[in-house]
Amino acid sequence: MELQTLLISMGSMGGLGALFSAGLAIANKAFYVEEDPRIAQVLDALPGANCGGCGYPGCGNFAENVVKGIAPVNGCPVGSSDTAKEIAEILGVEAAASQKIIARLMCQGGLEESAVKGVYTGIQSCLAAHILNGGDKLCEYGCLGFGDCVKACPFDAIVMGPDRLPIVIEAKCTGCGNCAEVCPRDVIEMHPENHHILVLCKNLDKGKYAGSVCTKVCIACGLCVRGAEPGEVELKNGLAVINYDKFGDKDVLPTDRCPNNCMLVFPSAKSVSQIDA
Amino acid sequence: MKLILLFISAAIVNNFVLSYFLGICPFVGVSKKVSSAVSMGMAVTFVMVIAAAVTWLIYHLILVPFGVEILEYVSFILVIASLVQLVEMFIRKVSKPLYDTLGIFLPLITTNCAIMGLALFSVLREYNFIESIFFGIGAGAGFTLALVLMAGIREELELADVPKHFQGAAITMIVAGSLALAFMGFAGLISI
Repeated sequence: MELQTLLISMGSMGGLGALFSAGLAIANKAFYVEEDPRIAQVLDALPGANCGGCGYPGCGNFAENVVKGIAPVNGCPVGSSDTAKEIAEILGVEAAASQKIIARLMCQGGLEESAVKGVYTGIQSCLAAHILNGGDKLCEYGCLGFGDCVKACPFDAIVMGPDRLPIVIEAKCTGCGNCAEVCPRDVIEMHPENHHILVLCKNLDKGKYAGSVCTKVCIACGLCVRGAEPGEVELKNGLAVINYDKFGDKDVLPTDRCPNNCMLVFPSAKSVSQIDA
Repeated sequence: MKLILLFISAAIVNNFVLSYFLGICPFVGVSKKVSSAVSMGMAVTFVMVIAAAVTWLIYHLILVPFGVEILEYVSFILVIASLVQLVEMFIRKVSKPLYDTLGIFLPLITTNCAIMGLALFSVLREYNFIESIFFGIGAGAGFTLALVLMAGIREELELADVPKHFQGAAITMIVAGSLALAFMGFAGLISI
């Protein structure tokens, strides 16, 4: 009796299982979806970091949209122009040269430069310090220096420098933008490689007070505006702003008299030498 | 007449989501847009109706004659899982965007307790074949109704000025609770 129940159970369940799997196998054939083989090829050409830098959730979605023609061939900021070329070959289209995009720290307020308002002993994170009281530096716009960007970088392209300012290693930076996203003060910006002149300050304070906050602060004196062609550099909200549409990829400073040296030429010798050390 | 009452009972009075609290997962998960809520409701209804028919057949033609009613859970799960696979293939074939919208909630119909509950209820209440099919249609309609109501409200909520601490999941739960309260008003309307 017991054995019989066992056999019946095994037989009926096994039979049902076999029946359903046969049905599913037939359905699988009937409802087979043909996928574009190019999607797999494009996916192979991509770096596969799934960083989300292109704006799609992962490399798979990006590949799908490239093949559909929605996403640009050079839409992957991580892959070099070789990647774009490879994808273009798969799809049989011309690839526009993609400018490499690099994360730039728009602040020079290290330990020596910036004035201090107190000692911060809270959680060692930029976000925490920003929410609590803005860290220990007096400047309310500058880098907090707790290295949230260092942790956020999936490619180890950011290291913390000796003056508590993160350094971006240009060779390793892929331009995914994760660091710019986590920075609570938006002091990291993504710039194309051909933006050679950058204003490394985000401080919007008025001139005299700004000068007391940091020695490398932009006080919006306007010397650079006068030194440049009209429209190339503008003063906006107490900050010099370069209009790259007009300024182009020049690598000469509009003025060599910037009082606080907050305009720098990139790629800078300083950042390279510090990494070697 | 009894069939119509059975349908109304399953769809409204004893709504699977809002009075039995079965199938809450897709109820919260896929109720952001009315259009995808409707599609999800259709998919679940399809699985429910076929599952109701097939599980009735299996129970009464295989399990009862051989005296192995203990296997009802296993066999029902087998039926439901295969049906969901079928629906998934079908939707992927017919509409890729819909497949992407439903996402993980489509394979999760497999573990949707509303469908298992439906199969077990119809055994427990000793429905005949036709009755259990109508029970399935009613339950599916009720599920779709709940999902669409919720999606409609949540679409309006997108524009509403919800206090910061109630935003997101919190206000969704409150809305779900209020909906369930409203459906309590039907209690006792039909007893079947």
